[in-house]
Amino acid sequence: MSFRSIPIGAAIGLLLTFLFLAAAIFAPWLAPFGKAQIVGDVWAPMSSTHWLGTDNIGRDLLSRIIFGARTTIFIAVLATMLSFTLGAVLGFTAAVVGGWFDMVMSRLVDLLMAIPTLIFGLVVLSVLPTTIVTLILVMGILDSTRVYRLARAVAVDINVMDFVEAARLRGEGTVWVIFREILPNALSPLISELGLRFIYAVLFLSALSFLGLGVQPPEADWGGMVKENKDGIVFGIGAALIPAAAIAALAISVNLVADWVLNRTTSLKGGRG
Amino acid sequence: MARTPTKGRKDGPLLDIRNLRIEATVYPPGEQPRNVVLVDDVSLKLERGKVLGLIGESGAGKSTIGLSSMGFGRGGVRITGGEILLNGRDIRKGNTGDVRRLRGKEVCYVAQSAAAAFNPAHKLMDQVVEASVEHRVSSRAEAEKRAVEFFRKLSLPSPETIGDRYPHQVSGGQLQRVMTAMALCSEPDLIVFDEPTTALDVTTQIDVLAAIKEAIRDTHVAALYITHDLAVVAQVSDEIMVLRHGKLVEWGGTQQIIKEPRQEYTNALVSVHHIEHQEHAPGNKPLLSVKNVTASYGNSAIKVLKDVSVDIYPGQTLAVVGESGSGKSTLARAITGLLPPESGSVAFEDRTLANRLADRPRADLRELQMIYQMADVAMNPRQTVATIIGRPLEFYFKMRGRERDQRVAELLEKIEMGKGFADRYPAELSGGQKQRVCIARALAAKPKLIICDEVTSALDPLVANGILKLLLGLQKEEDVAYLFITHDLATVKSIADSIAVMYRGEVVRYGPKSQVLSPPFDDYTDLLLRSVPEMEIGWLEKAIQGRKMVGAGN
Amino acid sequence: MGSPLVKLIAQRVALGFLLLFAVSVLIFAGTQILPGDVAQSILGQSATPQAVANLREQLGLNQPAYVRYFDWLGGILTGDLGTALTTRQDIATTLLPRLWNTLFLAFWAAVVAVPLAILLGLLAVRYRNGPVDKAISGFALASTSVPEFFVGYLLVYFFAVKWQWFPPISTVYDSMPFWQKLQAIALPAAALTLVVLAHMMRMTRAAILNVMQSAYIETAELKGLRPLDIIRRHAFPNAIAPIVNVVMLNLAYLVVGVVVVEVIFVYPGMGQYLVDHVAKRDVPVVQAVGLIFAAVYITLNIVADIAAIAANPRLRHPK
Repeated sequence: MSFRSIPIGAAIGLLLTFLFLAAAIFAPWLAPFGKAQIVGDVWAPMSSTHWLGTDNIGRDLLSRIIFGARTTIFIAVLATMLSFTLGAVLGFTAAVVGGWFDMVMSRLVDLLMAIPTLIFGLVVLSVLPTTIVTLILVMGILDSTRVYRLARAVAVDINVMDFVEAARLRGEGTVWVIFREILPNALSPLISELGLRFIYAVLFLSALSFLGLGVQPPEADWGGMVKENKDGIVFGIGAALIPAAAIAALAISVNLVADWVLNRTTSLKGGRG
Repeated sequence: MARTPTKGRKDGPLLDIRNLRIEATVYPPGEQPRNVVLVDDVSLKLERGKVLGLIGESGAGKSTIGLSSMGFGRGGVRITGGEILLNGRDIRKGNTGDVRRLRGKEVCYVAQSAAAAFNPAHKLMDQVVEASVEHRVSSRAEAEKRAVEFFRKLSLPSPETIGDRYPHQVSGGQLQRVMTAMALCSEPDLIVFDEPTTALDVTTQIDVLAAIKEAIRDTHVAALYITHDLAVVAQVSDEIMVLRHGKLVEWGGTQQIIKEPRQEYTNALVSVHHIEHQEHAPGNKPLLSVKNVTASYGNSAIKVLKDVSVDIYPGQTLAVVGESGSGKSTLARAITGLLPPESGSVAFEDRTLANRLADRPRADLRELQMIYQMADVAMNPRQTVATIIGRPLEFYFKMRGRERDQRVAELLEKIEMGKGFADRYPAELSGGQKQRVCIARALAAKPKLIICDEVTSALDPLVANGILKLLLGLQKEEDVAYLFITHDLATVKSIADSIAVMYRGEVVRYGPKSQVLSPPFDDYTDLLLRSVPEMEIGWLEKAIQGRKMVGAGN
Repeated sequence: MGSPLVKLIAQRVALGFLLLFAVSVLIFAGTQILPGDVAQSILGQSATPQAVANLREQLGLNQPAYVRYFDWLGGILTGDLGTALTTRQDIATTLLPRLWNTLFLAFWAAVVAVPLAILLGLLAVRYRNGPVDKAISGFALASTSVPEFFVGYLLVYFFAVKWQWFPPISTVYDSMPFWQKLQAIALPAAALTLVVLAHMMRMTRAAILNVMQSAYIETAELKGLRPLDIIRRHAFPNAIAPIVNVVMLNLAYLVVGVVVVEVIFVYPGMGQYLVDHVAKRDVPVVQAVGLIFAAVYITLNIVADIAAIAANPRLRHPK
């Protein structure tokens, strides 16, 4: 394959995702001002010193967006990793082992999914301390139900195929069956799901922070920044729209990349086309 | 069945297709869209009341040509050249309204899978008369009356009330006949039959075939009969057209095509079942001995296998023949240990095999290999051919590196595929090549017995023939025994040493091939043998008259 | 209507009640998972021991959890949702008008979103792979990635602040004239519509496409029926169940989306009420509202299942 074969949408998505990641990693070197540094008037308009203007207490909005990328992406990545590991391991095991383990796990997941994630998240957060660790755990565990369902469904489908039966007839063990026969074939739906879960984590975290129940000040993520600046809207000050747009841009980029990855890895010719 | 044959407005042929060209755009995932030519410069003429058989392997373009007579292209299929004259006017020149008025009125269609072609939400009668009412061929009451007559003619059970049923309440063979009645109901000039009996069991196929033939004869409707089975088409057609890769190979009278084919390809199709095989007499000690095996799925009381006993001798082939639901594939599952028998035992050489797969030692597993019907799902699509064939070598013989690669190359040689295929993925192989790789994977274990579960039934006849020849050759070289499971008696005749006929979970006839295939027959074997289409004009009538029992599909 | 159908539906409803019961356990348990003392954590580290002890008494924390659960469940079944810790008000009295407000908002959002989504879904199928379809699926991709508050504040920024067509804050009260009420909820309803529209459209498109690609549609085409008749007689009866399913699932989604939208527009509904009391750690209110949200969500899901069962001809006309 060459770079030419990347469709335009995926290319834009890749570029933006890369830019956001770079901003998150190199935040202290990229940001023109400090995270909490008050550098100007309240809600100053965009200018050459403050490219995106300033926020509700006079901090540089661009700098805060760059630092906010760090918080948002960091928490979302960890939550996604947790939900993925948990969901995929349990889902595969349930599919291959079957029996009571599968039954108990599947009913439990059905139950958890019967309550909307946001509502259950709010219920739990009403008693838990609002720390970053709590957030990651709550988001990761609640979201792992979706990964579990997908992983189990995909693995069950593959498990009944003749090539898995052929491996069993040969005498292969469970480990070979899971890692060499099932996993390579489950990878492409799972990778695309990874993208979707990450987007969902970003949106969920932002919603919680926007509601004042996520990342707490003085730390700031993008959702929290929307909350800080939302009162400006009625005065025609668009500062709140900028972090909100950043969330949308990140989510759309990752979505575009995930879409493309799914299309590419579905090809069964080893990418040779 | 009074019918006015003068509905046609003009003299001359009913259907006259000239220089037809059909193209389609395909969208392979992750690749650029591509244009492919499905039909290239094909011309045909069909007189009123005549039947033309279109025959060819998959990808020959026969269905595409059939549908083009209705101005229809499936998916992204486009008719890009030529003329299609129906009743004297070119339907390519008509607008969409003109084409619509001819579909269901002048030309009707009978699909391969009637089960999918009927709308599950409506009663059969509503669907059967729909086209007649839509095109004002007759009033609804008249159409229903005619439909009932056709139901009776096609020997459907309770013809007066079967129309009140929903599609899922009727069996597959019956649905196929209801669909034929649906096509006949609007009194068209032409019916396109698209593989109408392919999805049916042989003993059901013969009844549906006879019903279709009689209906065609009595109504004087013309037909395009599309199939891949030359023996079937020979029963109903006046003329036969052989197609390959979208091009015309040969076109002639039925007698000429099946008796004096002029083209080499046609000759290959005609003589596809002729494989020279000398039957071996059973040896004195069986390799595998199945004794009184009974098995069922789950805890159900329905026994899928009832007291089955068969022997397989070293280096020989036992063919297990039966229709769907006969328990022949279950027998394979019981032997391999995938479905542990409830009672009875399976002995291999001198030892009794453990009932459950998990309890069998690796050496037992090695000596008994299996090849599946669907080669594309029997191989892991994410592994290369080298990995697929190499794994048994690593697993059973601990071969590594160059030694293994060397052996993989030898095996590829044996299945008549070159070394170049080693790093291909299954998706890059044709159907026949995939099945060959599966054979190589089984051979890699150096087994004494290979279970072949319908290994040729998903393949085109010529490809299947190649696979059978390969299997016979390998049997001579490697001295391996086969348990050959199939529904196709023609295959059995060409390769078996002994035969077991299964019916509803029981072995109804068992012995050396020559003995099983000579009279006197039991009723079921008689029916099965008579149901296998023969390349002989008039076979159908003889078979229907001579049989002692009627197929289960009725 | 055969009996297997009735039996299946009855089973599904029974399962729904069972699920609801299990969910109530889960929600109750969710507020008990905190290691350590709930009263202490609600009041914070600076609270006096006396205050903590009072709260413990009031919450019944001195009793075992299962006793408290059954007390709570018994109360709910008799219409008593308990008393709010922070305001000392009866939760049911405060909640009822807010529940109506939320349903009012969700209803009008659905009235706009459902027909629009089905219409756009049909258009996407009709012009499949064409520019209209591409535009619609591009819009769908974008809108599933956009947070609700971005949509909400964009609407406020333009329609309320720049052009001043609608109020930026959706205040409603009982004596308000109906027309004014509608005007007040115009923006939040629009935001909700945009949130669910894309998803509903995409699923509708997939459902119709699935039916349109069936072999029986080809049969109908080959009978020479008019395109409209094909859709009306052959596609519609089979597409209705999946579409009802899609609609119900998305209404469930909409009810959840309400939470954030209410906060954006400061709308006096249940979502706003829930969020306020989560921040105040008012556990009885959170439990009550959480359970109501879950109940609405589960009910809509069951309706979706029943629609699918009832429309299946194999179940309606058994062999």
